[in-house]
Amino acid sequence: MSMQLEASHARVFAALGDETRLAVLARLCEGDPQSISRLTAGTRLTRQAVTKHLRVLSDAGMVHSMRIGRESRYQLQPKPLEDVRDYLAEISRRWDDALGRLKAHVEGLEGS
Amino acid sequence: MSDRIEKSIEVKATVSRVWRALTDHTEFGAWFGVKLDGPFVVGKASSGRKINPCEGYENVPWKTTVVRMEPERIFAFTWHPFAIDPKRDFSDETQTLVEFTLQPTATGTLVRVVESGFDKLPPERRLEAFPKHENGWVAQMENIAKHVHAA
Repeated sequence: MSMQLEASHARVFAALGDETRLAVLARLCEGDPQSISRLTAGTRLTRQAVTKHLRVLSDAGMVHSMRIGRESRYQLQPKPLEDVRDYLAEISRRWDDALGRLKAHVEGLEGS
Repeated sequence: MSDRIEKSIEVKATVSRVWRALTDHTEFGAWFGVKLDGPFVVGKASSGRKINPCEGYENVPWKTTVVRMEPERIFAFTWHPFAIDPKRDFSDETQTLVEFTLQPTATGTLVRVVESGFDKLPPERRLEAFPKHENGWVAQMENIAKHVHAA
């Protein structure tokens, strides 16, 4: 795993660690690219707040923006989410192996 | 509570036996697959080399810092996570906290391991001060991912 990839994982994790951003992401999951107005509709969030959160998500590679007419629309990029999930799954697997070896060791079944 | 991986396993051995397997550096090395240079000491770095079962000791450094040792209860250290390519110099990279806790059961010991802190950016890469997490996001991430795949 490259250093850059590692740092980008950390950035994705950090970006996910916020309730509002998770809510914004969940809204973006709903389908077509959405405008800021649509993302703020029905919430207590201001345009500025949503814009700021979108920037964090975009820096982490999870949101892509495009211009349609006069407004920007935002679209979810699921790849970073899938990458960090794979990363955690790999670490999880290694812990399963390590705990299995610990068990074998203390139960006197070494060499398995 | 922040991002974390939690695992547990029940072993048929006493808490004292498991504690020794965790904290005696030779025993730890035997099951974990590292050759450690010396005993674990709270607040001190522990270094060694990884063991390749086929070829003996690899020239791959292994390093942790012991942060907590509460006899027969908690053993914790910080390190660079498992899945990182060990061949590069990652001294400035993300460190996670690994915490083992032991609990006696009717038939042995419950060993729980929690690894947390995957969101810690190296200082020079920190873009802004992210708010502290109040909820674990792993479950929420799963929800989002499911959502994405269902779409």
